[in-house]
Amino acid sequence: MSNNVDNDKRRFLTTAASVVVGGAGTVAVAIPFVSSMFPSAKAYAAGAPVEVDISKLESGQQITVEWRGKPVWIIKRSPETIANLATQDDILLDPESTTSSQQPNYTANQTRSIKAEIMVLVGICTHLGCSPTYRPELAPEDLGAEWKGGFSCPCHGSKFDLAGRVHKNVPAPINLEVPPHYFLGDNRILIGEDAKGAA
Amino acid sequence: MFSSLMNWVDERFPATKMWKEHLSEYYAPKNFNFWYFFGSLALLILVLQIVTGIFLTMHYKPDTSLAFASVEYIMRDVEWGWLIRYLHSTGASAFFVVVYLHMFRGLIYGSYKQPRELVWIFGMLIYLALMAEAFMGYLLPWGQMSYWGAQVIISLFAQVPFIGSELALWIRGDFVIADATLNRFFAFHVIAVPLVLLGLVVAHIIALHEVGSNNPDGVDIKKHKDKNGIPLDGIPFHPYYSVKDIVGVTVFLFIFSLILFYAPEFGGWFIEYANFIPADPFKTPEHIAPVWYFTPFYAILRAVPSIAGSAFPGVAAMGLSIVFLFLLPWLDRSPVKSIRYRGPYFRFALVLFIISFIALGYLGTQGVTDLYTLLSQVFSVIYFAFFIFMPFYTKADKDKPVPERVTFK
Repeated sequence: MSNNVDNDKRRFLTTAASVVVGGAGTVAVAIPFVSSMFPSAKAYAAGAPVEVDISKLESGQQITVEWRGKPVWIIKRSPETIANLATQDDILLDPESTTSSQQPNYTANQTRSIKAEIMVLVGICTHLGCSPTYRPELAPEDLGAEWKGGFSCPCHGSKFDLAGRVHKNVPAPINLEVPPHYFLGDNRILIGEDAKGAA
Repeated sequence: MFSSLMNWVDERFPATKMWKEHLSEYYAPKNFNFWYFFGSLALLILVLQIVTGIFLTMHYKPDTSLAFASVEYIMRDVEWGWLIRYLHSTGASAFFVVVYLHMFRGLIYGSYKQPRELVWIFGMLIYLALMAEAFMGYLLPWGQMSYWGAQVIISLFAQVPFIGSELALWIRGDFVIADATLNRFFAFHVIAVPLVLLGLVVAHIIALHEVGSNNPDGVDIKKHKDKNGIPLDGIPFHPYYSVKDIVGVTVFLFIFSLILFYAPEFGGWFIEYANFIPADPFKTPEHIAPVWYFTPFYAILRAVPSIAGSAFPGVAAMGLSIVFLFLLPWLDRSPVKSIRYRGPYFRFALVLFIISFIALGYLGTQGVTDLYTLLSQVFSVIYFAFFIFMPFYTKADKDKPVPERVTFK
């Protein structure tokens, strides 16, 4: 052994090498454990599209179907309701539906739908995931005289109009999500998939 | 006979040494008062929760199609099952009552201050682990409040910028709260978190016994020792405080039993009414609120409006409200520990803080109205002001002179 070995440096390099190799090993071992907590293949398979028959849906009625374990609402809107949608811009946060994650391109319009009378929405509040309540009536006592129908969330008081557009000054920051869907015929909708050729 | 057996053990394991170090020759200040019952009570409840928890797992089924019914089975068909389950559910709330009082003790007597910073940090970590434990345990009965409570809390993680939705997906293990979520919460609730909790409790006590206990006067008893090196104002924990704590345990069990046998749901505060309805992913209960021990933080969450299309600020504020508690030892610049010798600024700030904490706790249980949101915002500001301005008002405070020795009548 020669005497001019820098022991401090040697010790530092040994420690550094051990930490790096050991750290890399720890991370490698952690990967399978962390990954095992992501949705399984079975959970992904359960996300298949859902076909819904809406022939018995009456004007103003709401039905709820399950897609990927989430509630999806289908609502038939009356002509008055559709007319009312255009009058609410000043109380809405994003009346033009500019947040692209919240709807497919083909529903980024004022009624947020393919056919104006049929509204399809994921029934989960964009605030913290509660399921808002359908309140189609005009000016109920608890929601005020300005209420023209919509959804109100029991958890934190978020409000949405009948196109799922969020009101200003409520906890929810963005509009309700419109799931990908298309019409298989006049009275059948497929939820969970875009029409072939549509973006 | 016994002493030769103990000798045999002590040569192989430091049993007598540990007994002396932590009990019979651990010298605690002689002036402990009412507020010093809650540490040992917390330990008692921890044991209670672990024992009742073990017996509950013998009958409970962590499966979304079986969970709710298995809890009802425990309540109705298992011999004494109702008692074990109510011990566990009442124990959870009792745990938080005791821990909040224990933390309040630390706050008024400055027990978090130098040299007990790590005692406080370990204690805060215990509090965090306890919140995780309580939250995950609440999902297990798979009632309406279990489901929607978990939905709201997991959605908090989804608000984290950039990685939020992936993170929430990873926590749930599915696109919604589902069987995967229930199963993993069960694993965390019965194995992972309790192990962490036990380790932290050991660290909390070792750190405490290293520096010695604080006392209502906040003076250091190690400054005045007799010729054997024993603090003049110290008495051995055992038998003096072990016997005193038995009184605390008796009173606690008296109150605990009254609630356990006569009002185990405690008017919807300990077990919410909506949790007697099985979880329904399509129907949010009319009024959703967390159990009482989370409500102050929940009120802060709701008080902060969304900014720039993101609900993250509210989540961040809620996280910060806990982070500030961790920082307490470094925010407090007063040389005085105990409230007895603190000046008027700190006393005033502490009263405001306690009022706002309790008010937020109440507001967190209530529905959303404009008035309540405004009140939540006011009290949230006071809550944060208590911490943010602490370095200034504690330093400028007109503290009173602290005595050399503890006062004891």
